[in-house]
Amino acid sequence: MKEEQSAAVTAEAGTRAAKSRREILWTLFKSMFVLSACTFGGGFVIVSLMKKKYVDQLQWLDEDEMLDVTAITQSCPGPLPVNASVIIGYRMCGILGSFVAVLGSILPPMIIISIISVFYTQFRSNRYIAIALQVMRAGVAAVIIDVVINLAKNVLKTRRILYILMMCAAFICAYLLDVSAMVIILTCLAIGFADLSVNLVKKRKGA
Amino acid sequence: MKLLLQLFFSFFQVGLFSVGGGYAAIPLIQDQIVNVTGLMTLEEFTDLITIAEMTPGPISINSATFVGTRLCGVLGAVICTLGCILAPFIICLTMAHFYYKYRNFSGVQNVLGALRPATVALIGSAGVSILVLALFQSDLAGIQLSNFRGIEFVLFGVCLFLLRKYKMSAITIILGSGVVGTVLYLLKDLILL
Repeated sequence: MKEEQSAAVTAEAGTRAAKSRREILWTLFKSMFVLSACTFGGGFVIVSLMKKKYVDQLQWLDEDEMLDVTAITQSCPGPLPVNASVIIGYRMCGILGSFVAVLGSILPPMIIISIISVFYTQFRSNRYIAIALQVMRAGVAAVIIDVVINLAKNVLKTRRILYILMMCAAFICAYLLDVSAMVIILTCLAIGFADLSVNLVKKRKGA
Repeated sequence: MKLLLQLFFSFFQVGLFSVGGGYAAIPLIQDQIVNVTGLMTLEEFTDLITIAEMTPGPISINSATFVGTRLCGVLGAVICTLGCILAPFIICLTMAHFYYKYRNFSGVQNVLGALRPATVALIGSAGVSILVLALFQSDLAGIQLSNFRGIEFVLFGVCLFLLRKYKMSAITIILGSGVVGTVLYLLKDLILL
C-alpha cells in the first residue's frame, strides 16, 4: 500500500516536472520570439532586453551570469542574439533548450525578411517607415541606458578600484577609440588572469 | 541541389568567421555572396544591407534569409540560415557547457569578475552610439548641432523616465516610441503646411 502510494507520488512528481519543463520550454520560445521580433539596432540591444526579461522579470539568471553570458557570446563567432539564445536555452533545459531558444530567435527575422524581400523597393522608399525607424532609436537608447545605469551601479558597489577603472577605460576604448569588443574582452580576460595570479601569490605568502 | 549546397557552405563560412557580431559580418557576406560565388550583384547586396538595417534581427540571419529566398524560395532561406548558425551553435554550446561546469570555482570567478565591468562598458558604448544616432542622425565624429532633433530628445527623456520610475516593459517602450514619434512627426508636417 505504502509502496503504491509512494510510486504514485513519484509518478505525479515526474509528470509535474515534465509539465514544468514543457512550460519552461514554451516560455523560452515565446520570450525569445518576442524579443527577437523587437530588436532593432544590433546585438547589444537584445542583451539589454534579455537582461530585463530573464534577470529582472523571470529571475531565471542572476545578473553576474547574464554579464558572463554576454562576454561569451561576444567572443564566439556568429550573431549575438543567436549565441545568447544557445547559452540561455542550455542553462534552462540543456541542448533541447538551446534548440528551442534558437528557433524562437531566428523565426521572426526569417519571416519578416521573407515577406519584405518580395516588395522591398516599396518598403525601402516608404517615408513613414523611415521616420518610425528613426524615432524608435530614441526608445531603444532609453532601454539600453536604463539597463546600463543599473549594471554600472553594481560595478561601483563592488568598491574595487580596478573594476571601476576597467569599466571607464573599456568605455573610452569602445566608444571613442573604436577598439573592437573582442579585443577589449580578451584584454580584460588577461587582466583577470593577472589579478588571479597576484591573489594566489598573496595567499601563498600569507600562509 | 548543387546551388543549395553552395549556399549552405557559403553561409557556414559566414557564421564561422563573423566574430564580433553585426557589422563585422557584412564584408564577409559580401565576399562570399558577391565576389566568390557571384550569387548577387553589388547593387542587390547594397539593397540587402539597407533592408537588414531596417528590420529587426541579426544582419547575418537577415542576409541569409534574403539571399536564400531570392535564389531558392523558402527552402533556400532555411538552408542558408541553418548554414549560418550551425558553427556558432556548436561553439556556443561547448562554451556554455564548460562555463556552467566551472563557473563556481573561485579562480574562474576571479577572472570572470574582471570581465564584467568591461561588458557593462561595451553595452554602455552601444547605448550611447544609438542615442547619438537618434539625436543627430550621425556618429560622434559627424555631429552637427544644426541637426539636433528635439522630438527624439523629448522621446528619449520620457522613455527613460518611464523605465526608471515605473519599470515599464522594454518592448512597450520601443514600440510605443515608434508610434508616438511617427505621430509627432506627422503633426509637425501638418502644422508646417
